[in-house]
Amino acid sequence: MIPDLLFLLFSAGILAGGALVALGKNPMVGILGMLLAFLNGSGLFILLGAEFLGLLLIMVYVGAVAVMFLFVLMTIDIDFAALREGWAPYLPLGLVTVGGLATLLILAVQGTALNVGTPVVNPEAPQNVVALGQVLFTQYAVPFQIAGLLLLVAMVGAIGLTHRPRRDIKRQDVTAQVTRKRSEAVVLTNPATGKGAYPDHWVGKGVEKKR
Amino acid sequence: MLNITLAHVLTLSSLLLSLGVAGMVLNRRNIIAILMCLELVLLAVSLNLVGTAYFRADLGGQIFSFFILTVAAAELAIGLAIVTLFFRNRGTIEIDAADLMKG
Repeated sequence: MIPDLLFLLFSAGILAGGALVALGKNPMVGILGMLLAFLNGSGLFILLGAEFLGLLLIMVYVGAVAVMFLFVLMTIDIDFAALREGWAPYLPLGLVTVGGLATLLILAVQGTALNVGTPVVNPEAPQNVVALGQVLFTQYAVPFQIAGLLLLVAMVGAIGLTHRPRRDIKRQDVTAQVTRKRSEAVVLTNPATGKGAYPDHWVGKGVEKKR
Repeated sequence: MLNITLAHVLTLSSLLLSLGVAGMVLNRRNIIAILMCLELVLLAVSLNLVGTAYFRADLGGQIFSFFILTVAAAELAIGLAIVTLFFRNRGTIEIDAADLMKG
């Protein structure tokens, strides 16, 4: 009874959030709709016995993804309403495609094979987090490591893409200092009287020849 | 009173997936909106997997959903970095402006 009501509530929240994302004129409204959808989705995950994933959804999506979207929206100064214009010619084709997809998917899941009810919960079973950890660090250890590597690559890639080195300031270049040779830096000269101490090959590298 | 079954969860996730695809069609010029709709589609897939994992009493679906979450976060970081870079170079985030390759 109560789980069914909760399911209906969370479903309504998810669909409302999705509608806000898909139909909202303002991208800020879209982000709020995404938050609504993900909060309700996390509630649904917890209802479906995936407590860890539900909390992870809140942490990752509400905590990181939404803030990232907000940052990007803040730094981009653009008229979003103008971007929405000109979608009308695509409406019939889009409606046919999306409507067909939705109809097909919904018809496909109405079969009796999927009409399974609530499973019998084994009271001896460990908590969700414990059970997840028991398989994640043993059976799925290699995919887990690869996922970590993927996150590292994504972080390095994002920083590398958006990093702009400043050219208007002077910095110590350790490599240039270490690889510098004595012949490039020190000149022993024996100047003739009245000619000055500057050798010929220094001229043009910031040194005026003095006469 | 209805009794929730796997079919209900799958129906919900189908609706959410269609909504995400519809959003991509409606906002087809705005890269940020398309990325948000992509997140909706990924949530629908995660919901599908978690629902199946619950009703079949198998933890594999939750594990897969976990990896989807990881990939979605990585994809979003790179995607938003590209959007920032694109805006810096072109002054817009319109998809039609990405025509340097004449695709």
